[in-house]
Amino acid sequence: MNTASAAAAGVRPRLEVLSPAAIRRIHEATLEVIEKVGVRFPSEQALDIWAAHGATVDRATSIVKVPAHVIEAALRTAPPAYTLAARNPAQDLPLDGHHVGVGTDGCGIEVLDPWTLEVRRSTLADVADIARVGDALDQVDFHWVAVSAQDTDPATRTHEELLAVWRNSTKHVQTETVVTAPDARTAIEMAAVVAGGRGALRQRPVLSMMQCTISPLAHDGGPIEASLVAAEAGVPVGFMTMASCAFSGPATIAGSLIVGNAEVISAMALMQLAFPGSPVYYAAAQTAMDLRTGAYTGGGPEDFLFGAATNELADFYNVPLSMGAFATGDKRSGWQAGLENGLSAFMASVSGADMLLGVGLLHGSRIWSFEQMILDAEIASIVEAMLRGIPFDDEALALEAIAEVGPGGEYLTLPHTRKAMKGLWKATYLDRRTYGQWHDDPDKYHRDALERARSLIKNHRPEPLDPAVDRELVGLIERHRQAAMAS
Amino acid sequence: MSEELFAQMRQAVIDGDPAAAAALAEQALASGVPPLDAIDNGFVPGLTYVGEQFGAGELFLPDMMLAARAMQKAVAVLEPEMQRQATERHVLGRVVLGTVKGDIHEIGKNLVGMMLATSGFEVHDLGVDVAPERFVEAAREHSADVVGVSALLTTTMAGQRTVIEQLEAAGLRPKCRVIVGGAPASSTWATEIGADGYSEDAIGAVALVRQLVGA
Repeated sequence: MNTASAAAAGVRPRLEVLSPAAIRRIHEATLEVIEKVGVRFPSEQALDIWAAHGATVDRATSIVKVPAHVIEAALRTAPPAYTLAARNPAQDLPLDGHHVGVGTDGCGIEVLDPWTLEVRRSTLADVADIARVGDALDQVDFHWVAVSAQDTDPATRTHEELLAVWRNSTKHVQTETVVTAPDARTAIEMAAVVAGGRGALRQRPVLSMMQCTISPLAHDGGPIEASLVAAEAGVPVGFMTMASCAFSGPATIAGSLIVGNAEVISAMALMQLAFPGSPVYYAAAQTAMDLRTGAYTGGGPEDFLFGAATNELADFYNVPLSMGAFATGDKRSGWQAGLENGLSAFMASVSGADMLLGVGLLHGSRIWSFEQMILDAEIASIVEAMLRGIPFDDEALALEAIAEVGPGGEYLTLPHTRKAMKGLWKATYLDRRTYGQWHDDPDKYHRDALERARSLIKNHRPEPLDPAVDRELVGLIERHRQAAMAS
Repeated sequence: MSEELFAQMRQAVIDGDPAAAAALAEQALASGVPPLDAIDNGFVPGLTYVGEQFGAGELFLPDMMLAARAMQKAVAVLEPEMQRQATERHVLGRVVLGTVKGDIHEIGKNLVGMMLATSGFEVHDLGVDVAPERFVEAAREHSADVVGVSALLTTTMAGQRTVIEQLEAAGLRPKCRVIVGGAPASSTWATEIGADGYSEDAIGAVALVRQLVGA
């Protein structure tokens, strides 16, 4: 969604939950944690880079302790803005602080089958169907691999998923399942083929990567090495913390912000030390553990505050932010899903997120629902309308219309109304019928959402890949499979 | 005299105070209280109370974990004396736990381990990034009734199947049961790979293991 041209003379809604002093305090505390407590990087390659830049490296524990000035200097080389390129350039997503791109969620393991309505394990066909529906929806700006293609060979799964998305959508693709350096090399070769060469990929990255940290205060070796491969190729890479209050982070929001921040900025700094100027981004999906079950909640007031606070931290570091939203714990498309996804999407957007993850998953990002995907897109359209703010031009002030109607009367039949009403938001799936109509058909909007998805799965025809490109991608996957078998 | 000591032990567990629990265990040894009495009449009632309050929604998971940790500290102090006296705590079963190869997530697995240990199971935690052969070795070495295999990533969950296959190949199945857990696992996945059970959370895992060993 483009929120730039909004509110001509009005103010774009903006929410802040941290004062400049609070942000500074979190930053300083984070630097202290990285310097005194350390962060684990279980990768010889990463440890070598840290050691070469003056960090204290413990090879036995893989924990690095980095002086504050090293982190701060490294972060300064991160580019503040860049564009996530799409196969179709009209669908490029500029990460410039004036756009909020909504992605699909990931990476689920089950699908509420759109035809049988049974929950079953996810397949490659689901990855393709989800990409196709996402390609058709205006509110979806880019793709994650939404579910795991569990019917494919694990050695090439991530690449087959990537190919399935490119075959079914012209929008940007961001992966969260490229977690080793060899996998990353093949994924980037594939992206270079789609973009038209290595140089073209650097100019127009049609692929970006996201890696999860391991809270508290650790990274995984494979994903860090995969990130270095991406950074070298100029493919944007982000690091997502999910440090959760009372579980993988302290029980307080501020404390968990510090833990998560230490993970994210240490990884971004590593990329900058290795490849200064490489595009990186901040990513977060923090929450509070459910105190009774230990579950990841993906909703609740702490989530929404994390969403806003993390935006301010990413702004402080002057890098784009990808924020976990729409992560409802609801098991169906019910009131809880609407509440959690509405508030999380709004809080993250109104505080300036560049990327919002993501539509379509239920049960804490485990079960894909096409119905939920369509309903989440409606939530995104409400948020988009709010972010446009209140226009204030002459037509918006409507002084002539007010004089024309005068006291009493109505505005229904005014020509001004017919013209200006185009700016009002229109509901597609909110139930605004009479009580009687609802009583006769209570599930109409759930059914409509599902039917819309079914229709797009069947009928939407995305712009296909050039057959020569397609063949080349298939060849690269096959080569990767053989290399994996040989090793 | 013992009664007062037992009351303090119970309270130390309820307070989740490992240092106090360990000190009280030392005190029991010094004054000749049999270790098993200290456990059964002192520490276990504290854990039972916390469990009841947890069930009633009055106490929370961190309360349970801290109580469990206090209990573990106390048992660790008492164990050498129990061995010397050749007395043994009755265990409900032996469980081997670990996170699959290539995966270094451990909080969920640790939670399950602690809940099982305090519920009366003997738990052998192999840690993270555990090769399938290590699971087999440990299952054989400890005559495990149950092997618990954890995975957090869609990219590593296939390792759960490998562990089951290798336990089969080693001839330890079906006597040794296998349970799987972690965010990407599900009951359909458990069925597909031939696991004996799956639980969505740690509390369910204890109930599952109890059921599998008939305790």
